[in-house]
Amino acid sequence: MAQVSSISNEQSQTAKSVTLKISRYNPEHDESSGFMEFNVQYEKWTTVLEAILDVKKHFDHSVAVRYSCRQATCGSCGMIINGKPRLACFTKISELDSNVVTVEPMNNFPVIRDLAVKFEKLFDTHQKIKPYLIRDDTELVSDEKEFLQTPEEVEQYIQFANCIKCGLCNSACPTMATDSSFVGPQALAQAYRYVADSRDKGKDSRLKIIDDSHGIWRCHFAGSCSQVCPKGVDPAMGIQLLRGYMLGFKS
Amino acid sequence: MSQDDHREGIGGMINPRRYGIERVAYLLMRLSGLGLLAYFIGHIYETSNILRGQVGWDDFMDLISGTEGHIIMSIVIAMCVFHTVNGVRVMLGHGGMGVGKPARPDYPYDPASQNYKHKIGIYSAIVLAAVAMMYGLAVMFGE
Repeated sequence: MAQVSSISNEQSQTAKSVTLKISRYNPEHDESSGFMEFNVQYEKWTTVLEAILDVKKHFDHSVAVRYSCRQATCGSCGMIINGKPRLACFTKISELDSNVVTVEPMNNFPVIRDLAVKFEKLFDTHQKIKPYLIRDDTELVSDEKEFLQTPEEVEQYIQFANCIKCGLCNSACPTMATDSSFVGPQALAQAYRYVADSRDKGKDSRLKIIDDSHGIWRCHFAGSCSQVCPKGVDPAMGIQLLRGYMLGFKS
Repeated sequence: MSQDDHREGIGGMINPRRYGIERVAYLLMRLSGLGLLAYFIGHIYETSNILRGQVGWDDFMDLISGTEGHIIMSIVIAMCVFHTVNGVRVMLGHGGMGVGKPARPDYPYDPASQNYKHKIGIYSAIVLAAVAMMYGLAVMFGE
């Protein structure tokens, strides 16, 4: 017990406090969203997600937030933190360099409640670009070798395979802000991921899907998607390289 | 903004403050494009004054030869230069040129597509537009 007590004292000596402003909105009851403020203690390693869970534990258990892995792998806890889309589990309060931390649901996604948003549209557009290898043969037949690739061939797409479908890129995109039919940077980057894969033979069918007035031509290379990606996917690069295929600069 | 959709709308689209110089260039590109479209329409109207004969033409030339006309023309010069230089940068990017090569990303994941070449292109477009605007002002007001 004495040891626990000393750890507790040590924590309290280094802990600072911050005002956490959480957007509250329940579509079933509320006409518009509002903010609730909480004063929370944090250490230099405390993440925004941990602060929100602290609020749920000690102040208001009704705050709605989606999370799972707490290590920037599942892509569940995307939200607007101090004006920019970020993963709450990947953002330390100490890095924000502010006495007030404002958390809101991601833009360009319908709100379920408070900080939780609907991902159906994101998953639909992701599925639309056929996110799987297309070819006539299979490596699952016995006595067949797996589809071999050189390290150089893997480098062409592996960056884009890191996408965790958190939706931050779609939230930051200026085209998504006004065009509800736009495919979005997440799906377009994933289209490039499969087009650039030497094992895939579905390039023509995939390019036909995104060659649409609300498809790849709506991207104007603002690059905000790449700036907010927590996994270094760089969707803007993928989209421009994909457009290079469509314009005939790449084969 | 509808809460059902939760889209940022035009206000979010034109907000240049959150994502660096690339988003500023995105906004300026749209503003200069709309400005040049407005100038193009105005230019057609302006030159159509010749149909009113010499008097109508001279009246209109007097209107645009004043201080306000010169300032508007200098802004048009700036918009034209920025839109051209930044447009070349964006077109090259759209063809997949100068956006970097795919590679395994390392933390802190600085995006290769937002590299120094594009930043130089954006700052060059802004500086050239300012220089052209000042040159235009010097020529128009120096007479």
